[in-house]
Amino acid sequence: MLPRLLAGPSLAAGAESLVDHRRRLGPLPPVRDGEALIKTLADSGLLGRGGAGFPVARKWATVAGRPGGRAFVLANGAEGEPLSAKDRTLMATRPHLVLDGAKLAAAAVGADEIVLYVGREHGAARAALTAAIAERATERAVPVTLVTAPTSYLAGEESAAVHYLNEGDGRPTGTTHRPFERGIAGDPTLVQNVETLAHVALIVRHGAGWYRELGSGVRGTALVTLGGVARPGVTEIAMGTRIGELAAQFGAPDGARAVLLGGYFGGWLAAGKALDMSLDPQILRAAGSGFGCGVVAFLGPSSCGVGATARILDYMAGQSAAQCGPCVFGLRAIADATARLAAGSAARDDLERLTRWSTQLAGRGACRHPDGAVGLLQSALRVFSDEFREHQRTRTCPVERDGRRAA
Amino acid sequence: MPKPSTNGQELVVDRIRCDGFGMCAELLPELIELDDWGYPILVAGAVPDQLLDHARRAVAVCPLLALRLRPVARATMTATTAARATVASPGG
Repeated sequence: MLPRLLAGPSLAAGAESLVDHRRRLGPLPPVRDGEALIKTLADSGLLGRGGAGFPVARKWATVAGRPGGRAFVLANGAEGEPLSAKDRTLMATRPHLVLDGAKLAAAAVGADEIVLYVGREHGAARAALTAAIAERATERAVPVTLVTAPTSYLAGEESAAVHYLNEGDGRPTGTTHRPFERGIAGDPTLVQNVETLAHVALIVRHGAGWYRELGSGVRGTALVTLGGVARPGVTEIAMGTRIGELAAQFGAPDGARAVLLGGYFGGWLAAGKALDMSLDPQILRAAGSGFGCGVVAFLGPSSCGVGATARILDYMAGQSAAQCGPCVFGLRAIADATARLAAGSAARDDLERLTRWSTQLAGRGACRHPDGAVGLLQSALRVFSDEFREHQRTRTCPVERDGRRAA
Repeated sequence: MPKPSTNGQELVVDRIRCDGFGMCAELLPELIELDDWGYPILVAGAVPDQLLDHARRAVAVCPLLALRLRPVARATMTATTAARATVASPGG
């Protein structure tokens, strides 16, 4: 039955207290056997909900299987994606699910400390977690520290998060070693998104079979953030829900042109194609988009796809950590060319260069920020191909032109 | 199409370090081209044997020590694939 993570009191009531949380869900079962817990997670098929969708059990097993020594759990609640609000909503309303999950992770992998890493701009989330930690002050458990993450798109990127905790520098450091090998203080660190941890808190109580009762394809439920609809916001869905179903339920505009899935790191799909598609990570990836962090944003019938893409790329260029040349110069160049096309001031070869650049930047940064930006651009060039050509050829916007004609 | 390689070395660039001096591309145009802003685009995979000396020279000439040769191991490739899958996108 839905919802699962968001079951309980109304979200408008704010954070659920520890007493209410325990009354509703029962106490957290003690972890007697970390390996068995990880096996349960493997059976559940739970995938990480930060955006990359990596199998949770595999990451936990890697940290648990370290040769020895200290380890950390980093609960990642730095939700930098502008279109996503699911992590902050979860933290602000169900803080004890997140803490339960982090505690389970620490027990399963034998971690010595839990760090909750939460965005500066997520005030309600930090307040709820601070209060929740205080409610558990008498518990005997591994220490929990709440750290405020800097406000930036990349602050939640895992190497950036570890860098910030170690040196106060929230820029990515590249992928030569991974946090689960060497993270906080140089020790193996399990970095896990807060929604993922909340799912674990329920799977431990109800079992892997229960988790798999909902969803088709990839199983379970997921928090998604809906945008461009009459009733925007965060909701919980069964994995594999048809996008058209969400469109009807939340009031997507008639004649929506496209859907942005997975946020700024995801990709556009033409609405005609998307509405029949399932919100399933594998299906979406095959279609050139992605589930990412669960953003589903509709582009209305009179909105220009080139303009919408230009605004996203401008943001992405501005959020570059400014460390790697291809990202610094490449993202600015694709953002500016797209902006010129959108504004009707395209240079003669802007679209041609944009197309070439869209294939040249992936894999050429210390982190995957440039990959995300060109992935989004490639999806835009595919979905809005006629529109891009019209913008280049006539230096006017066909959507706006037709809109005026219709009016 | 590069000829088969038996040396098992590949070129990698430290993207944070690289400042786009472009000397590597001058010495090894077969494997390194520069993008519109002067930053290297590397041909992926093992360096063909007949280019290995040139590759070593390209590595040696980089003023920022951003370019290096490293063994292409199956394990490395797996690690890279795993890294791609796990690098949390923002929102992490």
